[in-house]
Amino acid sequence: MATLPDGTPLPGKLFIVEGIDGSGKSTQLDLLHKWLISEGHLVVFTEWNSSPLVRRTTARGKREQLLTPLTFSLIHAADLADRMEREVLPALKAGAIVLADRYIYTAFARDGARGVNTDWVRRLYSFAVRPTVAFYFKVPLEEALRRILVGRPQLKWYEAGMDLGLSPDPYECFRLFQKRILGQYESMIEEFGLTVIDATRPLVQQQQQVRALLTPHLRGLLEGSLSPWREVLTKEGLHGRYLNVDKLPVQREQ
Amino acid sequence: MTKIRYYGTGDIPGFDRTDLPGRLVVLEGTDGVGRSTQVALLHEWLEANGYAVTQTGLARSSLVGPGLSRAKQGHTLGDITLNLFYATDFADRLEKEIIPALRAGFVCLTDRYIYSMIARAVVRGVEYRWLKDLFSFAIVPDAVFYLEADLEHLVPRVLAGEGFDYWESGMDALRGDDIYGNYRTYQTQLLAEFRTIGEEYDFIRIDANRTVHEIFLDLRQRITPVLRGMRLDA
Repeated sequence: MATLPDGTPLPGKLFIVEGIDGSGKSTQLDLLHKWLISEGHLVVFTEWNSSPLVRRTTARGKREQLLTPLTFSLIHAADLADRMEREVLPALKAGAIVLADRYIYTAFARDGARGVNTDWVRRLYSFAVRPTVAFYFKVPLEEALRRILVGRPQLKWYEAGMDLGLSPDPYECFRLFQKRILGQYESMIEEFGLTVIDATRPLVQQQQQVRALLTPHLRGLLEGSLSPWREVLTKEGLHGRYLNVDKLPVQREQ
Repeated sequence: MTKIRYYGTGDIPGFDRTDLPGRLVVLEGTDGVGRSTQVALLHEWLEANGYAVTQTGLARSSLVGPGLSRAKQGHTLGDITLNLFYATDFADRLEKEIIPALRAGFVCLTDRYIYSMIARAVVRGVEYRWLKDLFSFAIVPDAVFYLEADLEHLVPRVLAGEGFDYWESGMDALRGDDIYGNYRTYQTQLLAEFRTIGEEYDFIRIDANRTVHEIFLDLRQRITPVLRGMRLDA
């Protein structure tokens, strides 16, 4: 179950994925998302740094390089707090499944890598719901770098950790920054009981493992119909020609 | 010399703990108590006496200021989120304005500090312990002057000024649309909270039921020892 910080259990389930860039966690979460919907569950998806209220400030701070390790940390906490209050908590109270691409451990890892006091960051996030299962996609640094850096993509300033000045070369800086983050993650496995998935295994096998681990948690949850209009179409002999299927609320309907 | 002291363990990353030659002076108090007037008067008086002065206030940083105003217009932020927003704003000003000014030897006059944020949040039900931890990266000011006026003195000042503000009347936290009644309830709670916080954070209480001039003279007298050692002759 997912529990409030004070230990109160919530009817819904919170599953989160963590790992360094290039660990393949988002791909796995996406597969999981589609599977859970096809199983008839009501699923709410949320991702790191996506609160509409906070994002503009974060985006400007990043673009203009205004963020220091301290303000970087605080603004990301504001992002999660906003999503917690609007998306995560209501859904969990209603008994739905919430999937989160990155969670508090991302903040602990990145802020720790930036030299922010680790105890302080943990207390900062004490408002966060404790997840039902927290998956950590474990991958060696060089493998993750190979996946990310193929084709030499343009790395963003903070993404590469350029604010830390570890190296003037963005790629080298990124490598050193990711190495630090990886170190932070490794130390959190035991601290928070993260469920480790070997992210070097074939994609399909990882997904099988993730599904097997989740299955025991999927009883008695809120159901959501994938396409609630389908029944009408069948019974009334309609085609749904004027239904704009892309724009219809698919999961949050009920 | 001001030795950098933090309220908590939270060292600001990237700042060393070297001494800062400036002085951090905070004016606190509820809405309408006359903080900004006194800050303006002190600013001028200090400059006339040869001190270099800077001013900062809440929600003014270049990073968060615009986003915060936008979000408040829609009254759309939850309590935790709002406080994290305030904390971000405050951290930005602390790192980019306050500490550099103190390092350069300025007297930094601050219209509200972490205490207002804490008091407002506690009244709205946010856990005190969490707030104290959150703001533990704040440096300890050289003096916190708490301007305290009772409700009977505050109400006419608010009416003569901008009128009852949505937030300062706690309209987001209290029920109903009686803004005057809510103002009284909310400010009473806030004053009580300030009193509690004041003991923990060593507020210097200034009786703000008096005239602007009397308050100014009082502040001027009490700020003098804080400035000691800044000038060769004082």
